Amino acid sequence: MTQPDNFGFGEEAALLKDSARKFFADNFTPDTLHRMVASDHNPERMSACAWDRDLWQQMVELGWTSVAIPESAGGLGMPLVAVAGLVEELGRAAFPCPLLGSLNAVYALSACGSGGEAALIEIAEGVTATLAITNAQGSWDLSDTDVHSTQGKLNGMACFVQDARKIDRLLVSARTEQGLGLYWVAAEAEGITIEPDAIVDLTRDQAHVRFENVQALQVSDNAVAALSQAMPAIWTLIAADIAGAAEWQLQTTVEYAGTRQQFDHPLGFFQAVKHPLVDVMVLIDQCKSLVYNAACAIDTLSPRAVEFAHMAKASASECAAFASSRSVQFHGGIGFTWECFIHLYFKRQKHSQLLWGDAAWHRAQLANILIGTAA
Amino acid sequence: MSESARQDTTEQAEFRQYCRQWLAESKPQEPDVRLPLSPLEIMTEEQLSYLQAWQKSAYDAGLVGCDYPIAVGGGGRTDCQRIANDEMIAARTPFMPNVIGLGMAAPTVLHHGQEALKQRLLPRLFSGADIWCQGFSEPGAGSDLASVQTFAERKGDKWVINGHKVWTSLAHFAEWMILLLRTDRSHKYDGLSYFVVPIKSALGKGVTVQPLIKITGETGFNEVIFENLEVDDGYRLDDLGKGWQVAMTTLLHERGAGELQTPRSGGMKSKATHSTNTANLIELARMTQRNGKPAADDPLIRDRIMQLVIREAGLGQNQRRSRVSALQDHPARLLLQNKLLASEIAQAIGATAMEVEGASASLYLGDGNAPAGGQWPMAYMNSYGMTIAAGTSEVQRNILGERVLGLAKSK
Repeated sequence: MTQPDNFGFGEEAALLKDSARKFFADNFTPDTLHRMVASDHNPERMSACAWDRDLWQQMVELGWTSVAIPESAGGLGMPLVAVAGLVEELGRAAFPCPLLGSLNAVYALSACGSGGEAALIEIAEGVTATLAITNAQGSWDLSDTDVHSTQGKLNGMACFVQDARKIDRLLVSARTEQGLGLYWVAAEAEGITIEPDAIVDLTRDQAHVRFENVQALQVSDNAVAALSQAMPAIWTLIAADIAGAAEWQLQTTVEYAGTRQQFDHPLGFFQAVKHPLVDVMVLIDQCKSLVYNAACAIDTLSPRAVEFAHMAKASASECAAFASSRSVQFHGGIGFTWECFIHLYFKRQKHSQLLWGDAAWHRAQLANILIGTAA
Repeated sequence: MSESARQDTTEQAEFRQYCRQWLAESKPQEPDVRLPLSPLEIMTEEQLSYLQAWQKSAYDAGLVGCDYPIAVGGGGRTDCQRIANDEMIAARTPFMPNVIGLGMAAPTVLHHGQEALKQRLLPRLFSGADIWCQGFSEPGAGSDLASVQTFAERKGDKWVINGHKVWTSLAHFAEWMILLLRTDRSHKYDGLSYFVVPIKSALGKGVTVQPLIKITGETGFNEVIFENLEVDDGYRLDDLGKGWQVAMTTLLHERGAGELQTPRSGGMKSKATHSTNTANLIELARMTQRNGKPAADDPLIRDRIMQLVIREAGLGQNQRRSRVSALQDHPARLLLQNKLLASEIAQAIGATAMEVEGASASLYLGDGNAPAGGQWPMAYMNSYGMTIAAGTSEVQRNILGERVLGLAKSK
């Protein structure tokens, strides 16, 4: 299908992105974020899960959790390019909430055919969800899971489950006798234990989830097919989150480099600071351009969509690493402290960098497509 | 329908159809001579006359200067040059030889020249009848361009020019030069003025053109020496002392960030030419054996190539995104990255290709065993022309840091 020159990023998409940006700017500053999530600096702390449920409720009422849901299931049916714009703004604000998890679940459920419809309707009505499809090794191979389904009961453990303490439902991949199935289950269902991980990132929560004889609804009997179809969108959205967060890191560091004086000049006067900041910008722009390219290709069912989504996440992971590294380094001594907001984004980005595959993993997949599998 | 065709206005859609049909009928045959890698590497009269004939036929057909006013020899169209460019690239035509004229001199003359001068110069520039060159750099003025010392002294209504320009591509074929020089030694920036100068007619009479040999061994650029050359005041562009502002118009277009699209064409290759892109790099890796298996199977090589594929795709998508106003952070942010990225990516592709070739990367054009005819070492060496010319990568990073990010101006 033809690729539109403007990525299909139309007026509605622009409006959504702008209103999201304004919403976060008006309601949620880095100062608020710091007070919310960074009250305990003890490195051996257990992860807290503080988040602003009132603000989240406003986001749900604005329709942001149902943007990606087809109109037939009660959603807004917006294209992925529009959703990517929204998520870019979410990343810029680093707002702790289950939006990404719920969007990921939407894309996976949308790939389940009629089996996923009831769950999609629930999300459109305000229910939140996240994927529980990763094993203890953190393998990104979709056929790896440590959960089993026998006679309709789930047993085992899913790991690296994002925002597990903020959601209502889990979308679980589990091994069956025939292969791999996808299951939809309430997070508080009997037999489920959510055990929080103590993680570096203060803006998200993560857990491993134990299943003991859990009754769950099968929404697909071919999890690998459904997830394979959904992953390009999932990679693209985490890349969009990274791009937004990296833009915050860049602008904040540029501002500091304009005010902090050393050797009678602002830091940005020195090319040892100026040039790497330009390189951060270059990586951010590469990432953004590849995000919208991938989203457009997915929206238009391009045969190159998978390839482009790998490019977007590989680019984003590099961008996250470099923007984070330079933001701390150029803030100098203050950038190394808990009181400077820079660390909140640094930690979010280090988390996003590896989530759903790091740069090297995505490049390896890309090489398999473009060069062919190595002998 | 192509990617961009869907967005065409009525005028653009009709023009696209016209271009496509004309190209199908009139695209020139592949020449017998070896075509150079770019217009800046034209070495022989045979190469030049073949390419000049192509530019003239494209101009006569209306595919050059499309968006310039009719009064100065243009097509009087709106945003149609890029339509012609799309189609010329898709048709794999040869490139146009008058690249400095089209890309730099034409927009500068249009913006800063007097009407009579535009009407006289631009038609012959568009047709390729007059080749143009650019007199900016000097032995003592490279990245610090505003320190040029070539001097014009007033003598009645004429100017007498003395000085020394270097890295002057195409000067050996050029009728005209765009010339940045000094008319006042007491002000660095405000002492600069800008002229168009007929150099071919003055050869041996105040102008000397001598070839400079590039790192690759190719010729193509020159040094130009002015000794008491007399020039009419009518050849001055814009006001006295405004040379720096005029030069900025030139540089903006040279770096691909100007508002007037430059004619682009050229996918036609003769046997000994190839492009520095990752598709060719992947092909090379497939053909090259390392330790008994294809280089394309080596995981480290694969990763290196994918890094480049991603940078190359990112640059292409930047250009696409630069036309979507809702996805801009700053109006010039993407455009000003073009030159920096294109040149550094080409350099990295060349360097990686030489690593893929291994021991055979030592073989150059004259060696029958050289992979790809020795083109990769040459492309790699030539890439330094790109990262140095038109403002080095270091200068580009200063411009981006200062104009886009607003960081303090570096010395």
